[in-house]
Amino acid sequence: MGRISFSRKSLGIPYALFLAIFVVAPLLVLIYYAFTNGQGQFTLSNLTGFFTNPNTLGTLCYSFAISITTTAVCLLLAYPTAYILAKSRLKAKSVIVMIFIMPMWINFSLRITALKEILTLIENNLAFYPFLNAVIGMTYDFLPFMILPIYNTIVKLDESLLEAARDLGADEREAFLKVTLPLSIPGIVSGIAMVFLPAMTNYVVLDMLYNSTYIMGSLIGSYFAAYNWNGGSMIALILLAIICLFTLLTRGMEEEDNPRGGALL
Amino acid sequence: MMKKVWKGAVIIFVLLFLYLPILVLAVYSFTDATQIGAIRGFSLKNYVTLFTTPELRDMILGTIALAFSAAAIATLLGTMGAIGSFYSGKRVSSAISTVNQVPVVNADVVTGFSICILLVVVLGVSKDTFIPLLAGHVTLCAPFVFLSVVPKLKQMDSSIYEAALDLGATPAKALRKIVIPQIMPGIVSGFALAVTLSLDDYFVATYTKPATFDTISTYVVNATKGSQTTIKTALWALSTVIFAVVILIVVLMNLRAQKETAERAGV
Repeated sequence: MGRISFSRKSLGIPYALFLAIFVVAPLLVLIYYAFTNGQGQFTLSNLTGFFTNPNTLGTLCYSFAISITTTAVCLLLAYPTAYILAKSRLKAKSVIVMIFIMPMWINFSLRITALKEILTLIENNLAFYPFLNAVIGMTYDFLPFMILPIYNTIVKLDESLLEAARDLGADEREAFLKVTLPLSIPGIVSGIAMVFLPAMTNYVVLDMLYNSTYIMGSLIGSYFAAYNWNGGSMIALILLAIICLFTLLTRGMEEEDNPRGGALL
Repeated sequence: MMKKVWKGAVIIFVLLFLYLPILVLAVYSFTDATQIGAIRGFSLKNYVTLFTTPELRDMILGTIALAFSAAAIATLLGTMGAIGSFYSGKRVSSAISTVNQVPVVNADVVTGFSICILLVVVLGVSKDTFIPLLAGHVTLCAPFVFLSVVPKLKQMDSSIYEAALDLGATPAKALRKIVIPQIMPGIVSGFALAVTLSLDDYFVATYTKPATFDTISTYVVNATKGSQTTIKTALWALSTVIFAVVILIVVLMNLRAQKETAERAGV
């Protein structure tokens, strides 16, 4: 028996090595670069530099502003959509949901190109509304990732809970606010996780829509272009810290299925 | 009554928002217009350009080749990892799952940048070898394969595997004949997911690719900054082709799912 279980366990060795080399090692290197200067000497200046420079702090704020607005807009559009779809009595519900998820599989740069053409037609000059366009672009890109987890949670809700609420005298509105909404929080949290972080980093959407203001992702891009590995590593670490904080705050609240893969599983 | 109207309005608004740009682009891809809004005649010139320009053809084929090779490696590694960690002790398996989460929750910019730093800056691997690019895409995809295989392992009936051993199968044969077939749906969806992730990626590719190679994403992003209108409108055609392929795949998947449900109902 010892030999048998060894042979099955050992299948995991290549993947464990792979994770060590391509996930753990790059993170360690990132930490090393973030806390050294170009000559390899230990320094905190990359960190203090970020938090004392008004430009980088401004970038952080602008990223948060774009992220929070995008997440809010996505939620406002996705929740009613997911709710209506989940509650509909249509037979082909799963097919209809698929229609809302499908854009996720079309290359995002091509979709943003399409959006850009439409926005140019409407606004004439994209440069006049940089913030609005960035939010529209991000929403357009990430909306399916918000709809899917919320739909998945609502569709799984136990209908009898709502019946019980009604039997106990709750009207439609109360039943929704006290039963459906609290129980759909896992889906909302998953959706937020899928939108909030990418919206802080996906600087290509801004670039393509002629918004030249930096977000956190663009800082990495510009340090990369300047071969400044130390500065770029520090930004990457700060982003990682934000991601960790977010994960800790929402621990255990998320939907189990990862929305990025949910539609296919 | 009012409520129904509202519901319809929300659904139609979201659908229009999601599809109008792609559809308008699709219509204009069949004209010789260089700009949306101009009314021009029917033309297939964008499709001719798309399929006959060597630069575009290489970029498309390169992207597909990269996606399938990265997905194949990721599927092999991720599946083995999932099986290995499933049968390992609690500490090993939770360590693997935790590290596995890192690329999943991490921003792609950070994943791409950190792999570039390790492989290119520290270890001096040339980007022209395609190794950093392939490694980056495998890192992006393998964790998702892992995540789609693990639930299938948990649902599996472990007594069948033991029965196979009792009946004299070697562990390797029991794994091949019993475990793999049971987790196959997870492996297949993991592979499909890996392909779509690689096809959609911009950030990992941009930090790890050879200077002379482009994926669809990096190409499109650079092309929108340029002013070559023939390329720009040929990309409308590409967008339309991809849209059509995605619709086709979704329809096929649905037909298959319907057939399966019908078969199951028949039994």
